Amino acid sequence: MRYIPHTAEDVRRMLQTVGVDSVDELFVEIPDSVRLQRPLNLDDSLSESELLVALQELAQRNATVSQTASFLGAGAYNHFIPAVIDHLVSRSEFYTAYTPYQPEISQGTLQAIFEYQTMICQLTGMDAANASMYDGASACAEGVLMACRATRRRRVLLSRGLHPEYRSTVQTYCRYLDVELEEIPVDAATGRTDLKALGAALDQDCAAVVSGYPNFFGIIEDIGSQAKLAHEHGARLVAAVQEPIALGLLKSPGELGADIVLGEGQSFGLPLSFGGPYLGFFAARQKDIRTLPGRLVGETLDLEGRRGFVLTLATREQHIRRERATSNICSNQGLCALMATIYLSLMGKTGLREVAQHNFSKTQYAKERIGALQGFKIPFSGPTFNEFVVKAEEGSAAVLSRLEQQGMLGGIALECFYPEFDQHLLVCVTEQNSRGQIDALVDALAGGAS
Amino acid sequence: MEFPEELKYTEDHEWLLVEDDVVTVGITDFAQDSLGDVVFVELPEVGRQFEAGKPFGVVESVKAVSDVYAPISGEVVEINEELPDAPEVLNTSPYEDAWMVKLRISDAQELEGLMDADAYRTFVEEQE
Amino acid sequence: MRAGTRGLILKEKLLFEHSTPGRKGYRLPTLDVPEAQLPENLERAEITGFPELSEVDVVRHFTRLSTWNYGVDSGFYPLGSCTMKYNPKVNEAACRLSGFAQVHPMVPDRLAQGALEMMHDLQEALAEISGLPALTLQPGAGAHGELAGMLVIRAFHEARGQKRHKVIIPDTAHGTNPATAALCGYQVVPVASDGILTAAAVAEHMDNEVAALMITNPNTLGLFEGEIAEICKVVHDQGGLVYCDGANLNALMGIARPGDMGIDVMHFNLHKTFSTPHGGGGPGSGPVGVSAELAPFLPVPVVVRDEDGFRLDFDRPRSIGRMKGFHGHFGVLVRAWAYIRTMGGAGLREATEMAVLNANYVRARLEPAFHLPYKRRSLHEVVFSDRDLQGGCKTLDVAKRLIDYGFHPPTVYFPLVVAGALMIEPTETESVEALDEFCEAMLAIVREAQEDPELLKQAPRVPHIRRLDETRAARKPRLRWRAENENG
Repeated sequence: MRYIPHTAEDVRRMLQTVGVDSVDELFVEIPDSVRLQRPLNLDDSLSESELLVALQELAQRNATVSQTASFLGAGAYNHFIPAVIDHLVSRSEFYTAYTPYQPEISQGTLQAIFEYQTMICQLTGMDAANASMYDGASACAEGVLMACRATRRRRVLLSRGLHPEYRSTVQTYCRYLDVELEEIPVDAATGRTDLKALGAALDQDCAAVVSGYPNFFGIIEDIGSQAKLAHEHGARLVAAVQEPIALGLLKSPGELGADIVLGEGQSFGLPLSFGGPYLGFFAARQKDIRTLPGRLVGETLDLEGRRGFVLTLATREQHIRRERATSNICSNQGLCALMATIYLSLMGKTGLREVAQHNFSKTQYAKERIGALQGFKIPFSGPTFNEFVVKAEEGSAAVLSRLEQQGMLGGIALECFYPEFDQHLLVCVTEQNSRGQIDALVDALAGGAS
Repeated sequence: MEFPEELKYTEDHEWLLVEDDVVTVGITDFAQDSLGDVVFVELPEVGRQFEAGKPFGVVESVKAVSDVYAPISGEVVEINEELPDAPEVLNTSPYEDAWMVKLRISDAQELEGLMDADAYRTFVEEQE
Repeated sequence: MRAGTRGLILKEKLLFEHSTPGRKGYRLPTLDVPEAQLPENLERAEITGFPELSEVDVVRHFTRLSTWNYGVDSGFYPLGSCTMKYNPKVNEAACRLSGFAQVHPMVPDRLAQGALEMMHDLQEALAEISGLPALTLQPGAGAHGELAGMLVIRAFHEARGQKRHKVIIPDTAHGTNPATAALCGYQVVPVASDGILTAAAVAEHMDNEVAALMITNPNTLGLFEGEIAEICKVVHDQGGLVYCDGANLNALMGIARPGDMGIDVMHFNLHKTFSTPHGGGGPGSGPVGVSAELAPFLPVPVVVRDEDGFRLDFDRPRSIGRMKGFHGHFGVLVRAWAYIRTMGGAGLREATEMAVLNANYVRARLEPAFHLPYKRRSLHEVVFSDRDLQGGCKTLDVAKRLIDYGFHPPTVYFPLVVAGALMIEPTETESVEALDEFCEAMLAIVREAQEDPELLKQAPRVPHIRRLDETRAARKPRLRWRAENENG
């Protein structure tokens, strides 16, 4: 076995040192009654070359975004990934290390996380960011719990425009925690959270209002007005960013008054990878830093006065506070956060804005052309970033299957998340979709039922 | 380790200074020494009521968290507002500059169960 | 003395301090549609302090940072409880195949049959290894799996109309166990174990208000809970369930199965037992296995096979719901699948046997010099204490001095039941030569403590940075860089 170095002679010598006659004797504490009395029923060991053949066979049976024109978004986005990222995260000093418990030999990871935290703060307009969480949906659940801790209140308002998987993750986390969740409808004309309904639902028991920015329909929410309403009732405004490329162009949630900003960082250089691993980012205001969930890296000095970085404010965490911890999380998405940090440092101040501008322009182009087609409507008037909803008279399932036959993944049927939207599909356009692809999509849609 | 004579002590390592119907409360020299460098202090709001034995505040070092319990029942009439900004004072001056809260006593009988300096010194020695 | 190498010590500023206005590290294609204008009131101003760097700046920056890290590929990493085994390189290639890396999670099932088959296969392999028939691959790490598993337990009891509110947790448990129980709305009942948990100790706390016992087997002292079958019976007899923290599965593969012991729910740490890289803190992956009667409560979606092939099953009305977005850390699942296929059943058993042999070898070599508080036969890890150390030196000093010798320190001050714990988990991928070098360093450190304790107390001196002031970091937290002209 090539990952196990022991020769028969090694084993013999080691058993002698231990003072037993056989490897079996080492397991003497495990009673026979609970032992497995047969070999594991698994396939036999493969060589490296056989393994690669088996992997290729599985891999080729999946549709990739490079072979198929894809207009799928909904929380996972096909953006260009510079070669630098994979090259750097393949350095095994990064990927074979663990959580930086020993700061003297983990400064690479620690400094990179400190830089990551800083860039997340700069993008979101917040004071402090944690070292990352599993993904946008779980970060959203943690955001809800944090708002409850910070306000000592138990009622949370979730916009129906918030990503449905984020909403259901929040529900799972709150299942047994005596937190009351209420959904705020979306305005049927604009696709934005209904401010009147929000105002009516807010009261002195509300811990938080949670909205997507942009929301699940790609609409740029009026976070400023929502924050104002929330604050009037002493509640926190939580902005959940499912497509963070938007932050290159849109006002930061912090500038608009959000108190907690979290979201999905996959767009920052992480492969789609059939849904994960991705990157939950999480940022908040100074006043709330001691209720933050997750790992935090802070700056300090060493014995000789040199700048260095350490994990800090650990007393919030499970290994010290145990059942009173701010979360049970004990890892972060270290390598994914590193990928995002590299992506953001390559793109920098101007690149992120430019790539956001490309997404926005291409989406506007597609949206205008599709909206002009017979049988198709753009039902929401609110401004969008790189996704938009299309209403198709022939029904979303029929349209999508027609497009699939022409080698296109044209969007996502909204019906599985919103039963009331049975004719609607969600179309996403990124900088990876050429004008040719967009035109082909429009032509295919215009072709009608054939 | 210091055990000022004029103070009363609890088994949770808090000290009390009784003046008329108000007690000043803090943590003892022994408590700060076992915690190590204090990095954070959380105090209650003025006006809150606490029952004896209920936590009213938190003291944290880098790797430990400790609740601070109300030694007697009462209302918070004053807090040491400078303490949260200078938690290190709990290490340097636990009995003076680092007082934490002043409580108005609701039941003077509760004072009777407390230790004096000698009793507390013995108690601490047994702990070690 | 065999000291760790310093390599090149390069200075490296923060990204932001490197920034030069006008520098770029990207080039986008020419925009091939008309440029659209975002309504002005929605548009942000320039991002204050965001860096401007060339590609070379970025590559050099992160390459230099990487040299300040210690990974499994740098050397021996005996971090107890974390199973820092070698991360096979072919698995890295596997997850990067475009047929895996470039697949959108919302493609129709029929266009992801390879991915779904791999997931289904992994579910079955983990079921076979654990003896727990039903699996979810969704949780993002061990703690997340723990939360999913405990929510499943609570949903199971509630479905039977039972409002149980307590969870028993032994004193050797990981801190995540009580934190997780609290997140499920449960009250924690701690139970003392004296190294091994007895059925009698559990029985003392067991009543019909207890929802579950959370146990780690082998426990965090590296000892097998020999009364596990009796313990499970005590819990089951009163209607409770048994949760197993699967952190230490590396001690059991092919030898014994948690499901056969009476465990009802267990999470796996693919980043420990199944060799996927720890990534400087993640991503991990924490699948959960459950007994058949708990299967309906697993999170959605679950991968199932029917006449049309493989599909994601969302129609599970008794499910606790979703733990996160999409279907789990797929890229990590690919690596774990590749590992299991490479090892085969016999190889996994061999991994366990050699992991246990390595731990016992280290124990035999160090026991003469270090205090061993619990003396039963160790499995995959061994826990010493600093009790007998001379010169006023403590566990932390040993850990820091090991760095000077070129090793990653063991886990320190855990489990809490051992004062000054040094928890050593060598894993099966270390050769006897590597173990010997480590043990010789440990023995040398014991001598140094006696002869020149300052060597320990001032350690480490070899890395480019010395001990850091954690008190300073916590008193006035600086969690981000700010430009000089920036407020805040």
